[in-house]
Amino acid sequence: MKVLVAVKRVIDYNIKVRVKSDQSGVDLANVKMAMNPFCEIAVEEAVRLKEKGVADEVIVVSIGPKVAQEQIRTAMALGADRGILVETDEPLESLAIAKLLTKVVEVEQPGLVILGKQSIDADNNQTGQMLGALAGMSQGTFASEINVSENSVEVTREIDGGLQTLSLNLPAIITTDLRLNEPRYASLPNIMKAKRKPLDVKTPADFGVNVISGLKTLLVESPQERSAGVLVGSVSELVEKLKNEAKVI
Amino acid sequence: MSILVIAEHDNGSLKDETLNTVTAAVQIGGNVDLLIAGENCNAVAEQAAKISGVNRVLVADHAVYAHQLAENISLLVSELAVDYSHVLAPATTNGKNFMPRVAATLDVSQISEITAVVSADTFKRPIYAGNAIATVQSTDKVKVITVRATGFDAAVCDGSATIESLDKATDAGLSSFVKEELAQSDRPGLTSAKVIISGGRGMGNSSNFSLLEQVADKLGAAVGASRAAVDAGYAPNDMQVGQTGKIVAPDLYIAVGISGAIQHLAGMKDSKVIVAINKDEEAPIFQVADFGLVDDLFDAVPELANSL
Amino acid sequence: MQREAMEFDVVIVGAGPAGLSAACRLMQQAQVNDQELMVCVVEKGSEVGAHILSGAVFEPRALNELFPDWEEQGLALGEKVSADEIYLFKDEQKATKIPNCMVPSTMHNEGNYVISLGNLTRWLAEKAESLGVEIFPGFAAAEILYREDGAVKGIATGDMGVDENGQPKDSYMPGMELHAKYTLFAEGCRGHLGKELISRFNLDSDSDPQHYGLGIKELWDIDPAKHKPGLVIHGAGWPLGKNAAGGSFLYHAENNQVVLGLITDLSYENPYLSPFDEMQRMKHQSVFKQYLDGGKRVSYGARAIAKGGFNSLPKMSFAGGLLIGCDAGTLNFAKIKGSHTAMKSGMIAADTLIGVLASGDAGGQDLTQFAEDFKCSWLNEELQCSRNFGPAMHKFGMVFGGVFNYLDQNCFKGKLPFTLHDLKPDFAQLKPASECHKIVYPKPDGVFSFDKLSSVFLSNTHHAEDQPCHLKLQDATIPLAHNLVLFDEPAQRFCPAGVYEIVEDEQHNKAFQINSQNCVHCKTCDIKDPSQNITWVTPEGAGGPNYPNM
Repeated sequence: MKVLVAVKRVIDYNIKVRVKSDQSGVDLANVKMAMNPFCEIAVEEAVRLKEKGVADEVIVVSIGPKVAQEQIRTAMALGADRGILVETDEPLESLAIAKLLTKVVEVEQPGLVILGKQSIDADNNQTGQMLGALAGMSQGTFASEINVSENSVEVTREIDGGLQTLSLNLPAIITTDLRLNEPRYASLPNIMKAKRKPLDVKTPADFGVNVISGLKTLLVESPQERSAGVLVGSVSELVEKLKNEAKVI
Repeated sequence: MSILVIAEHDNGSLKDETLNTVTAAVQIGGNVDLLIAGENCNAVAEQAAKISGVNRVLVADHAVYAHQLAENISLLVSELAVDYSHVLAPATTNGKNFMPRVAATLDVSQISEITAVVSADTFKRPIYAGNAIATVQSTDKVKVITVRATGFDAAVCDGSATIESLDKATDAGLSSFVKEELAQSDRPGLTSAKVIISGGRGMGNSSNFSLLEQVADKLGAAVGASRAAVDAGYAPNDMQVGQTGKIVAPDLYIAVGISGAIQHLAGMKDSKVIVAINKDEEAPIFQVADFGLVDDLFDAVPELANSL
Repeated sequence: MQREAMEFDVVIVGAGPAGLSAACRLMQQAQVNDQELMVCVVEKGSEVGAHILSGAVFEPRALNELFPDWEEQGLALGEKVSADEIYLFKDEQKATKIPNCMVPSTMHNEGNYVISLGNLTRWLAEKAESLGVEIFPGFAAAEILYREDGAVKGIATGDMGVDENGQPKDSYMPGMELHAKYTLFAEGCRGHLGKELISRFNLDSDSDPQHYGLGIKELWDIDPAKHKPGLVIHGAGWPLGKNAAGGSFLYHAENNQVVLGLITDLSYENPYLSPFDEMQRMKHQSVFKQYLDGGKRVSYGARAIAKGGFNSLPKMSFAGGLLIGCDAGTLNFAKIKGSHTAMKSGMIAADTLIGVLASGDAGGQDLTQFAEDFKCSWLNEELQCSRNFGPAMHKFGMVFGGVFNYLDQNCFKGKLPFTLHDLKPDFAQLKPASECHKIVYPKPDGVFSFDKLSSVFLSNTHHAEDQPCHLKLQDATIPLAHNLVLFDEPAQRFCPAGVYEIVEDEQHNKAFQINSQNCVHCKTCDIKDPSQNITWVTPEGAGGPNYPNM
């Protein structure tokens, strides 16, 4: 079985983002970029499936600028076998990404597609589900455990208030949550080996996909800073205000 | 304009997030219909009919919707959606699960987790974990939207909508339910709790955290800790709220003996209401607290537990 | 678990200006000579540039030699210096501008650039990689490996995935041994391996003790109307005044940004001094405030500076390797510049090495040839001419030292026939707290000045949770039993990142707490601890600050 993993290049999770003064977006100049943490978990899960003998090939795909090759190489250093970059300098919306991934799925015919549940930049949490709809596949989002058998995969999902387990027909889409696994470190020899693994570069035009989006970002602002409220004189006054004014207890 | 809101429920009762989502729909303007897809969910429909602002409650009652399987629900919703200008669902794990499938099926974008309605086609939503707020405009024929509950007040329940049952049931046949384990603990997890009480280095030692637990028990709250308290060994690392711990946004966050370093604020500043209890009136936590109490926590916290 | 090993011709520790210049030069020369060469660079930062922090006004002399066509190759270096201003500050309000003709010639900056050194190293890394160098960011050289004959054999990278008690976690990955014919150590000021080498090979037996400063820097977005691209401002006097030597700076960089900071000489005596708080209050000086008013702080960081210069320069070669750049101490303090000198030292090292390797050398020799090559370079001449600058400031104070330096640099061009020495190491300068006045710093106003933790927040500092503390105490009792009693534990104040705290519990029992996750890798604790009890070692690779444009 082939496993396809989609990864995204995003601002490193340790970097404090800063809104540009012209409010056109977030300042990314000379800022450290990295693989989206949820995508790293997806890569790790796929590599573990290969190590268990469930998967025989792990293909990693990214859609983004040329430098997103770095993240594909990282995925290959972690154990993916080959990479595909769909190169575009346009920032694409989830729907366009899902359409492109659908085409990759058509070509590669994977048994499982594993994606991060969301990227830490746009925080959309859409791509995996959209791909599921477009490719007519079942989905197990927010996975914290997966068990693959002959024709199905059992996925434990982190839902509000607990865990839900579903059985999905293969081929299926999995999106990863934090507790699915702890990704390994890439070793130096594997980083060097990854430089020689095959990496195919395509463009959206190669797939004949229209990437125009119905969404337009008009403005990006810093969140409103909180301001100091009132000082209360006693516990009873505090309780009274929480009950009657803020209505939170 | 007409808006379809998908209700969040567990077949037995309606979940609160639905009320906040209806408020968002009312702000967009137009007729609001509410869809309840589930199995044996009459009680939910009765409840939902009382939400003011709702015109009709549509009920799809069938075994295929019992467990909110995304493949099945999304087929139903996308079929209904063509008659609406907007489709809204709460940004719960359930709403997040099926709504993008609806959007993709309709060949439109989804606008995730809106926190404000600017106009019928323009919305605000947090990006970069809430460190930036984007204003986005949609030109799609149907606007598919998930709604962050904390961004909107709950709709009041003094209405009387009509209830209509839908005779629709499609099984995509792609997935099936195996089991569900809902957390049985009396105390909710930090990231899902509606109320959190956290202690800082001011707690003095780990056994004093039991003072917080007494309040937490009364409020059904989770107990958290600041990095300083964790480093001092007063609390385990999985209780840590902050930049290097968990990012939380409950309705009520009570910070006890926490000075309020920016590293802690980064993890809780999106809480709806923040209360600070600290004996140092210069503590930075008071700069972000809605309600501050300058007092010795060893007096104030037991008194708080007793008065709840 | 057994460590794996990889073999290279040259291993370079640290992807800063010295290490990357050496790497580039090695590959350039190898291409010219049609020589096969395997060169790798390990870097503890999460990416190249992540741990680089410098002023920086950059003198392009070495870069012009390394890449004469850097401009055509697409390097946008920064803003060309448009004007130099030097002030003597008396207090928050009063400032005297020193006429240009009275300024030591080394402090003139025509032809120089206001740059981000981090971004220059990012460019150099791209060049090095395209020349065939293997660069591994996120891998810290944790240990020096020696051959049986005592020569340096290479380095080992640190183990990853070890918990705070030293036990392997699920993610455990043992370090790698990187063996090389020659290893270049380019860790920057007070490198922890460099420190070991200097002591093991007695490299400093013929030199003065190294002297240090602590540079604390911020990056601000300012009102475009106030931005004067290329304006370079230096200041002396207030706020450090008599408490410490040092100086302030504010440079107008690109994109409506200014960089500003304060260098506090770590030879200060009063244990109550806090370089961080001095830097925060410095911004209230009217000369600086005029530009910052209406602006917003973007980034923060700190790094120690090796400023002893020529007299403190140790022997730079030893069996199996070389010490280059600020790891040795090639900074020219008279110019307050170390980037071009670090680059040049790396290039000289490469030139020495390429010849040795071409002759089929098996490695492990003490490359005494390097000292000869160094001596014949402009770098040696430049450092020698500036040798009296720092000691003069120490010996004669700022005013008379300044006069001396003016005469020395402008009239005698550094060729006076005598050398001033400064023999007391910085850590030994602290006086007991009882003999010193307590310094009361103003509270940060949240507009121009800020507290430590909100500053560290802007350095994007991160260390993986649950790992061994990388700030090692030789004797865990010293902080409370000795340093606290005698010096009111100065680590609480000299650390610019709030790593060290004295905490008290309910019963007023005191404890010395190390918040190692805040560490910005400046190395000041390793330098200034009066008991020399703190040893800085590398944390898990990729830990530390993530500076964007510093």
